[in-house]
Formats: sequence, structure tokens, C-alpha cells
Amino acid sequence: MNQLGFPILSLMMALPLAGALACLFSNAATARMIALAATLADLVLGIVLWLNFDQGLSAPQWQFTEYAPIFGRFAWAMGIDGIALMLIALTVFLMPICILASWESVQKRVSEYMAAFLLMETLMIGVFTAQDLFLFYIFFEAGLIPMYLIIGIWGGVNRIYASYKFFLYTLLGSVLMLIAMLWMAREAGTTDIPTLMTHNFDPKVQTWLWLAFFASFAVKMPMWPVHTWLPDAHVQAPTAGSVILAGVLLKMGGYGFIRFSLPMFPDASAQFAWLVYGLSMVAVVYTSLVALVQQDMKKLIAYSSVAHMAIVTVGLFAFNQAGVEGAMMVMLGHGLVSGALFLCVGVIYDRLHTREIDRYGGLSINMPKYAVLFLLFTMASVGLPGTSNFVGEFLSLMGVYQASSWVALVSTTGIILGAAYMLYLYRRICYGDLTKEDVRAMPDLNAREIAILAPIAAAVLWMGIYPESFLAPMRADVRAVVARMEPAKHPGDAHLTAGKPAAPAAHGGHGAAAPHEPSATTEHAGEAH
Amino acid sequence: MLDMASLLMTAPELVLTASGLVLLMVAAYAGDGSARIVGWLSIAALLSAGLTLCGIAGHGGEAFDGLYRADAFSSFSKVLIYATAALSIVIAPRFFATGRAVRAEYPVLILFAVAGMGLMVSASDMLTLYVGLELNSLASYVLASFMRQDGRSAEAGLKYFVLGSLASGILLYGISLLYGFTGSTSYAGIATAMTDGLSNGELFGLVFVLAGLAFKISAVPFHMWTPDVYEGAPTPVTAFFATAPKIAAVALFVRVTIEAMGSAFAAWQQIIIFLALASIFFGAVGAIGQTNIKRLMAYSSINNVGFALVGLAAGTPEGVAAVLSYLAIYVVMTMGSFYCILQMRDAAGNPVEDIASLAGLSQSRKGLAAAFAIFMFSLAGIPPLFGFWAKFLVFDAAVGAGLAGLAAFGIAGSVIGAFYYLKVIKTIYFDEPAEGSAPAGSPLENALMAICAAVIVLGYLLNPFLDKVSAAAAAALL
Repeated sequence: MNQLGFPILSLMMALPLAGALACLFSNAATARMIALAATLADLVLGIVLWLNFDQGLSAPQWQFTEYAPIFGRFAWAMGIDGIALMLIALTVFLMPICILASWESVQKRVSEYMAAFLLMETLMIGVFTAQDLFLFYIFFEAGLIPMYLIIGIWGGVNRIYASYKFFLYTLLGSVLMLIAMLWMAREAGTTDIPTLMTHNFDPKVQTWLWLAFFASFAVKMPMWPVHTWLPDAHVQAPTAGSVILAGVLLKMGGYGFIRFSLPMFPDASAQFAWLVYGLSMVAVVYTSLVALVQQDMKKLIAYSSVAHMAIVTVGLFAFNQAGVEGAMMVMLGHGLVSGALFLCVGVIYDRLHTREIDRYGGLSINMPKYAVLFLLFTMASVGLPGTSNFVGEFLSLMGVYQASSWVALVSTTGIILGAAYMLYLYRRICYGDLTKEDVRAMPDLNAREIAILAPIAAAVLWMGIYPESFLAPMRADVRAVVARMEPAKHPGDAHLTAGKPAAPAAHGGHGAAAPHEPSATTEHAGEAH
Repeated sequence: MLDMASLLMTAPELVLTASGLVLLMVAAYAGDGSARIVGWLSIAALLSAGLTLCGIAGHGGEAFDGLYRADAFSSFSKVLIYATAALSIVIAPRFFATGRAVRAEYPVLILFAVAGMGLMVSASDMLTLYVGLELNSLASYVLASFMRQDGRSAEAGLKYFVLGSLASGILLYGISLLYGFTGSTSYAGIATAMTDGLSNGELFGLVFVLAGLAFKISAVPFHMWTPDVYEGAPTPVTAFFATAPKIAAVALFVRVTIEAMGSAFAAWQQIIIFLALASIFFGAVGAIGQTNIKRLMAYSSINNVGFALVGLAAGTPEGVAAVLSYLAIYVVMTMGSFYCILQMRDAAGNPVEDIASLAGLSQSRKGLAAAFAIFMFSLAGIPPLFGFWAKFLVFDAAVGAGLAGLAAFGIAGSVIGAFYYLKVIKTIYFDEPAEGSAPAGSPLENALMAICAAVIVLGYLLNPFLDKVSAAAAAALL
């Protein structure tokens, strides 16, 4: 079975599911407790999973595998590698926080709300653990149902439009992927994802398969120009819904790229890298500029998510270790930071019931604790060194620089623009004078809110200061993906070449003069290729 | 030549016809007071007809010199037909009980219709086909106008009759053309005659036969009767129409195309592809503007027939098996939906059909709302519900037969379809409770609804069984 002796992955999925059913049949107060208990138990299981994950050199790539061919044409096949482990960790970490964040702000139909969230957790873990193509698809799609209900029932004023848009947009993206999957399963004769990852599809067919998968993942990611569902969904969703949406659901797109598009269709990925670069560059610049002019806090963060996700895609399509690792780190970091930012918005929304930025101002005076935490997450979102996003963004940009220096140049403007819109947002909300009476009356964070935000703050700093904890489990798996891409990828326009050390100065009196540092010129030498 | 084996092989139809005639006498002499007992006896008759399928009637092969076939394919279809017919009888009394005359003929008519359906799916000769189809249709016309005092019901019956006769005429004309040009009415004879190329006459015959049958399965562009009939007919009858005759007609369609016209595959494949895509798209688009839940279900059934035909377009054993699995799953979803619809009542207890009256159902009747949502999501083909698996199978078969383009268009059409199912869910879950709506159900309806919902949620565990049975049924044809 596995190193633990019990099917931990199935258990991690069964627990929230059982909790969801229990919630449906209990009253509000009990449902809250059940949901919190189930998500915390899952968090514990997630920690056990991480601690027992073998990161040794000789460790098998797929661990904790389970296999039960009970569905006829496909199987209950589970198993994780380091990449999945990290995303599962992110999921189980964010879930109790989501439950706590909805503790007081959700007052109507609480038991159904909690049930929907727990079901969502089951399905998200399922997406990251499924080792069977069709099982993956089922979990991938099934997530639409609870999210549709969450947005539609507990959302804002325009929730119905947003819920339709979310559902139909993502569904349309995904169905073409199903057709591609059906074709692949026939061609390769298996539905086993690890086997498919090493199957060499005909490069001509790869083009079509890649496009079909791209349709799905690009919408989920979301990439420009199919990102328009995200701001609507984010703005209308309840706070915890936004957290899950930004924190985990968007990561399914990136996970899809790294699990399917890159290793299964390496030739097509290389062939379409320009497309991804192009869309990502537009996204970075355009959505950042759009974020700059938003009046609605949630919308601003939603647009910033699109920009950050574009950094993920350029990193992934750099096809090198730094790029892919960086993309993973951005996903994890963004999962934490955007989640935390939505929670920060939620905190003040609960007090004033508006998301309009102009209605706030001067919060650092009467809500100092809040201002500190919000500042930390703002800085993390900007990508300040020492926070999670810096590591990821730096690595992906470094990776993509090796593939294309122009793409790196344009993508890096995202960091500058990111600083612009985030700092501008922070200034308008937290700084200035406390002129508005109702804003002045807002109390600072209570214990529950601190308990929600503090763990994320700790994790953000941990990722920023010691990223090795997060990079180590993924390293071998990323290496495998990169190796798979190696024969197909474009050589790139920036290479490090060993510079020629300048001849030691011949001036007699200065024999001790140090030779020129060769590395200083290599980057420029590389540019010339 | 009347031989014992042939009689035994047609045992299900004999049982149904005999018990239908006897029960008709009971109904005639005992009056409408006997409605309930006639209903239960009819269910017993359906059950015993089903039991005869365990014997030679289930796998005996040819009977009456090739007029009739008893094989795994017909057994599969018959089991589904009998089950849905029985369920349509079970739900009827409560509906008719509210201020309407309970009539004992209802179950009897269903028995006759079912006997006709049995002949349809077992036919291996055009004339058996026609007789079975007409027996089914005549009973159906009466059922559609069963509530004589209700103008809509009478209109439905008349429309169904006029258009149905037209379709029967077209079908019969096609059969006569085929007979004229192939010299045979038996499927085997027609297939043999078609092996050496398709003459123009044969082609015309084929097109007319398919057009007539397309009417019976309500595929676009022969679907126009469906919304009116579904809306006008009493709800239990609509539930019946949406399930049993649908299975019979699609199974018949499959058998005719594969067995009689198998050698002209290239000729009818393009027709099927057109019917499939047109049904998927028109069914989905037509449903969007509907405000009546029964009309919506009518468009839904048109849409679903399109998906089932995608499997047939593949023309492979796998495709046929997929069509059969599709029917089985579709029937559970549709029956479940109708159990929900039957519970829609206004404050006075009268049945209502407005989608708007479902508003806020999730707050007044949680269980009913959840079941309704499950069926709607499932009909939309959203995993992990079982309706997804039905679509999966037909598209898989299409991809396997090299029709990836058809599959891609078809599945894109399913997204349009998802919209109107979502609309129902939106009404149930997102809207504020409607005034004057007081949904109520009996324990029986609730239990049946719960069973259907459980099948839809846990259906994947049935996959190995369904795969085996449908593959065996398909193997009987190809």
C-alpha cells in the first residue's frame, strides 16, 4: 500500500465528504464545528503526509499510491509526487482558514454552506491526487457544482450573472479536453497518468491535443483574454469563496500544464511557447494596468491574480528547472498571499459592507494590527525579498530569461506595475487621515481574525526565508518534467558562456591587481547569441 | 407455421396482451373503482413479462421465420421499458386523485403500448416493426389525451395523432420503397440486397424510413410535436412518454440501421450525424426560453436523443453499447426528474408546471431541491453525476470510430444545454421562495426519487455491470 499502512489519500478525501454529509443534517452551530473539525483533521493528515513523503534521491516518483479498478473503464487510482504534495498542502492549509473566515460573516443557510466547502475540499484534493485520466477529469469538473452554488447562494448583488459566467466559461473550456483525453486513452491504451506522461504522441497530433488541453487550463488559470470570468466571480463570491478560488482553483490550471501539457505534449508545448509567452506578456502589462484603475478592492486583487498567473505561465514555458520551480513557487505563494488579501478585504467588508476603496482611508490609525498584516501581504504580493512571492517570481523570471530575454523584460514590468497598484491600494485604504466617521468606528482585528491571518503570515515568511522546505520535495519531479521537455525545447536566446578572463594587467608595479571578474560580462555575452 | 419455440420466445408480448385484455374487461365491468387494483395487476403483468425474459424469450434468436428476434439486445431494451412502464403506473394514482376522475384504463393502455414496444425492439422484419409501432402509437395517442376535460390534453392527443400518422405514412412509404427495390421486408433480406451498392430507390427508401423513425424518437428536424405533447399530456403520461417509448424507438432505430441497413453504413451515417448535431443544438437552444418545466423536459429529451445518436453514428459495437447505456442512464435521470415535477403543487394542492414556482424550493423542501439539482446537473452531464458517464460513453465511441470532430461539436453543444439546466437550479437555489407554492409528495414518490438520486450519485459503481450487459446486447446486433 504505502509507507503509512493506510490509504491516507482516500482518507483525506473521505473525511471532508463525511463532514459535508453530516453538515447537511445539522444546525448552523454544529455545522460550523463539524466543518472546522473536518478541515483541521485534514490539515493534520496533510502534515502527516508531508512528513512521510520520501524526498530521498532513491525515492519513487509516485508515492502513497492506491489502485482499485472499480469503475470499469477507469480506476480509482491515487498517488502523489512532490508537486501534488505541495498543492495538497496548500489546500488543506487554506481550508480551515476559509471555514473560520465564514464563521460570522455567513449567517444564512450555514449548514449547506459548510457542506459545499467541505465537498469542494474533497474534490480539490481529488484533482491533485488522481492518477487516472478520467478520474482527474471528474474531479476537475465536479468542482464546478459546489463553486456554482457558493457564488450563487452566498454571493453579492450580481451573483447570478457571475455564477453562470463562471460555470459556463469553465465548462466550455473543459469539454474539449475530455475529447482529447478520450483520444489519448485510445491511442496510448491506458488511462494511467504516469504512463501517459512518458508516452510519445505523434507530434502532429500533439498540436491538437495540446490546444484542447490549453482551452481548459487557460480558462482555469486564467490567461488573458479568457480571464474575464475571474473578476466577476471574485467580486461576487463570499470572502471564503474568493480565497478558495484564488488560492486553489486557479492552481488547477497551472497544475494541469505541469502535469499534462508539458510532459505529455513536449513538442507541441515548445511549438506553442510563443503563444503562451504572447498571451502572458499581454496579461502582465494589461491586467496590471487595469488593476491600477479599479475602484473595487476585490476586483483589483482579481486582476492582480491574472497578472501573477501570467508569471506562472511564462515560468512553466521556460522549460528549465528555474522556470518551472519558480512557477510552482509563484503558485504556492500567490495561493497564500491572494487568499490573505481577500481575507483582509473580507475583514473590513464585514465592518463597513462595501468594497469601494474610496470609502476607506486612514485605517492604520484605528486598526494598527490590521494595517501591519495587510502591509505584510501587500509587500508579499509586490514580491519583496523575504516573502514568498519574491522567490517564485525571481526564479521564474530567471528561468524565462534563459529562454527569451524579451519575454523576461516585459514580464518583469509586472513586478513594477504590481508595486504600483498594490502600494496605491494600500495608501488609499490605510494611510491618510481618518476623515470618515463610520471608518473611525471600525474596531481592530479580533482574536478570530488574527488567528486566520497569522498562520498565513507565518507561512508567507517561511516561504520567503527558507524556500528550500518547499522546493526540495518538488525538485526531482520538476527535473523529470524538464528532462521530458529537453529534446523539444527551443534553445533560447540567452546563454551563459564562460567569459574569457582579461589578460592580467602588464603594468609592472601592479602585479597584485585582480583579474576582471568574468561573470560580470557573461550575461551580456549571452545576449549576443 | 406456428411452433412452440416461437410462441415461447414471444412470451413477454403474449403475457402483456393477454393480461391487457383481461384487465380491460375488469376495468369495463368493475368501473373506475377498480383503478388501483388494475394498476397493481398491470405491474404484476409487467413483472411477469420481465421474468419470462430469463428463459428462451431472452435469448432464443429468430421466431416466426425471421419476423421476430429474441436476443440480448431486445432483452436489455425490454427490461428498461418494463421497469419504466411500471414506474409510470405507480406514480399515476396520486396525480389523478387530485380532483380528477381516476380511470382504470390508464394502466391497461400502458400495457398495450408496452406490448407494442416489445414488438418494436424485437422486430426483425419491417412489418413486425410497423405493427409494433402502431400498437404503441395508438395507445400513446389515447394516453396523451387521457384527461378529456382538459383542453391542453385533448390538443396534445390530436397533435400527436395527426403528426404521428403523417410520420407513420412516411415510414410506410419508405418500407414500401425498400420492399420494392430489395424484394424483401425482412431485415436480413434488405441487408443482403444492399450489399452490392445502394440503388437510388433503396436510398430513397432508407431516407424515408429514417425520417419516419426520426419522428418517433423526436430528433430534429422532426421534433416539433414533442414540446406540445409533453406539455399537454398529464404529467405521469409525460414521464412515460419521455422514457419507455423513447427507449423502444431508439432501440428500434438502432436495430433497423445496424441490422437492415448495416451494409449501407456510409449512406446513413451522415444522416445520423446531422440528426445528432441538429438535435443537440436545437434541443439546447429551444429549451432556453421555456418557462414550463414539462416543455423544458421535452427539449431536454430532444437534446438527449441527439447525444444517444452520436453513439449510433459510430456504427461500432461499442457505439451501440454506448447508446444502450445512455438510454439506461437517461431513463433514471428523467424518471427522477419527473418524480420531482410531480411534487410541484400550489397551495390548493393542484399540480403546477411553471419553473418560476420552483423558486426557493431549497428553503422549503431541502431534500426535493437537492434531488432536483442532482437530476439537473446530471442531465447537463456534469461529473461526478452519472449523466456524465452516459455522455462519456457515446463520445468515447465516436472518438473510437474516428469521429472526433463530431464529438467535439456535440460536447460543445452540451455546454449550451447546461445553461437551461442551470436555470432550473438557479431558480431552486438562488431565488427567493415563491408565493403560493406548496410542493408536496407522498412517501412513495419520495422513496422513488431518492432511489433515482442515489443511482445518479453512486452510479459509477454500476459501471462494470452496465459495461458487460450493454456490450452483450450490442454483440447481438453486430
